[in-house]
Amino acid sequence: MTPLAKVNLTLGAVDWTILVLYFSFVVGIGVVLKRRMKSSADFFLSGRAIPAWVAGLAFLSANMGAQEVMGMAASGAKYGMMTAHFYWVGAVPAMVFVGVFMMPFYYGSKARSVPEYLKLRFDEKTRTFNAFSFAIMTVFSSGISMYAMAKLLNLLLGWNFDLALWASAAVVLAYIFLGGLTSAIYNEALQFFLIVFGFAPLVFLGLRDCGGWSGLVERLDLVAAGSHNLQGQAYASGAWVSTWTHLGSAGANPMGVEWFGMAMGLGFVLSFGYWCTDFLVVQRAMVAENETAARKVPLIAAVPKMLFPFLVILPGMIAIALTYKAGQSGFALPVKGNAYDYDMTIPLMLQHYFPTGLLGLGLTALMASFMSGMAGNVTAFNTVWTYDIYQSHIARDKSDGHYLWMGRMATVFGILLSILAAYVAVNFNNIMDMLQLIFAFVNAPLFSTFLLGMFWKRATGHGAFVGLLLGTVAAAGHHGLSVPVGAESLFKGGWLGSVAHVYPSEMAQNFWTAIWSWTTCFVVTIGVSLLTHRTKSDEDLRGLVYSLTERHDEGHLPWYGRPIYLGAIILTMAVAVNVVFA
Amino acid sequence: MLFDLRLPVGVLFTILGLLLTGFGLVTPAEMYQKSLGINVNLVWGLVILAFGGGMLLFALRARRRGKRHSG
Repeated sequence: MTPLAKVNLTLGAVDWTILVLYFSFVVGIGVVLKRRMKSSADFFLSGRAIPAWVAGLAFLSANMGAQEVMGMAASGAKYGMMTAHFYWVGAVPAMVFVGVFMMPFYYGSKARSVPEYLKLRFDEKTRTFNAFSFAIMTVFSSGISMYAMAKLLNLLLGWNFDLALWASAAVVLAYIFLGGLTSAIYNEALQFFLIVFGFAPLVFLGLRDCGGWSGLVERLDLVAAGSHNLQGQAYASGAWVSTWTHLGSAGANPMGVEWFGMAMGLGFVLSFGYWCTDFLVVQRAMVAENETAARKVPLIAAVPKMLFPFLVILPGMIAIALTYKAGQSGFALPVKGNAYDYDMTIPLMLQHYFPTGLLGLGLTALMASFMSGMAGNVTAFNTVWTYDIYQSHIARDKSDGHYLWMGRMATVFGILLSILAAYVAVNFNNIMDMLQLIFAFVNAPLFSTFLLGMFWKRATGHGAFVGLLLGTVAAAGHHGLSVPVGAESLFKGGWLGSVAHVYPSEMAQNFWTAIWSWTTCFVVTIGVSLLTHRTKSDEDLRGLVYSLTERHDEGHLPWYGRPIYLGAIILTMAVAVNVVFA
Repeated sequence: MLFDLRLPVGVLFTILGLLLTGFGLVTPAEMYQKSLGINVNLVWGLVILAFGGGMLLFALRARRRGKRHSG
């Protein structure tokens, strides 16, 4: 990764007290829960006893790794309000879909993990393919989170990198080892509140510095008109404060994406693929206290998710706005190379606006966002490893206590592997870039497999497996034959030798890679399924496929307790924010 | 339910709120130049205190009600 600007935070005694307080609560929760970890179901599934609101907040936090808080602010500065598409077109509709339509099968099937659902619905090879790619991916994601956190602590506070890395790993290890998934989920909910309370004052102070919303809009028009913005090109006024108005063509907006690629690539394939099939988040809903609660988990999460752009994207927009025309306090993003140092937006703003006291809280919030991402990956890893790899391939029929022990061991070596991955990231930048690319290829087609699996009973195991493989190949092929404008390395694309298409931005290329991959998997799965015999009878598929599962009667619940109505309300709200900020 | 999460959240945020509010009360105004002249420790400390206190209140009320039901 590229070197970042030097930011030095000086912490006072209050800041230290807040940090220490936070860490003692995090570990304390693990200690209290330790007594309750009696069976493997307690450790991996929280005994399926988590209230919907707690699981809902954890559902949100688990996904908030390094990329969310720091990355979304950076995107807010680079692309402006359009970044909100990741929430209002991407995440929210997908969360409603997984809650209303998919959760009954995940929860009702009693599968203990997403790969296990694939085993029940299709066959062992499809499950194993998914389990391995997922396990490797989680280790590397948590490794990247750890690396980024240690790097940040090193930059901000001058801590030794190795020490920061091992210390943050030790904290996460402690609370998961002791309290399992419950501990991770409780801490994620706690971290959610810290993140909100830690960053909200930043938005308030930044907006005030701009002279309110109108001052921000006025400044962002200067950004759009400026020829020395990131893209070195002028855009129509409002390009940084609108979401849909400038999506008519890729050249008209700083993201370089047109409306179809946005709606289909990000809105449909990537977001549904992530929120509906990624075990990291789905796990949080699978452990709710009953099926209705499980369906409500993503719906509860969708409401704060809709408001998150104001917390994580707005600071970036404020930062770039103030860089173009200073406010009373003179905040500006530093220049790095030939662009602004977008990645450090949040730490720079913390340093600039927060006095000691609040600074401790802001820093704690930043650490909380890294930790929740790390812990989410570790708990997903230990479950998939123990149930889908260890129990199904290495040691079948062992006692429950044995699997509980294995879960704890998996937590330890999962974290050790993450540390290893973090050091790989330090030394071989390109390897990490390449791995992230491969994961993108493996993940892109998954949503097709689940969609067909849940809603078409004729889909067969062979169909699913071949579809997944060819979908991955299609993603790699599309990436190999296309490049974004100005690509300087083969990791950006075009590695198959000839270039069939040049995209206006990397983001547009990613969206279209996903669209190609999803479509290939969809068509191939249908084709191969029709050519092969079903190996599962209607009876086998009860509870796994929509048409063969009787609806849960929720008629006795009041309307506000029924997922379908809640989903409809949330979608209406999502349409409303899209219209208001169009 | 395992244990009420509102309890640790309530306790943590009450302590954080008290800490920030107290610190805001004893620190000089010059310190708040960077936060645009607003004593953010005091103001935000009170907000956090209200949130933490609310959580704690709900947790304790639920606990009392739970005891009455089981007892």
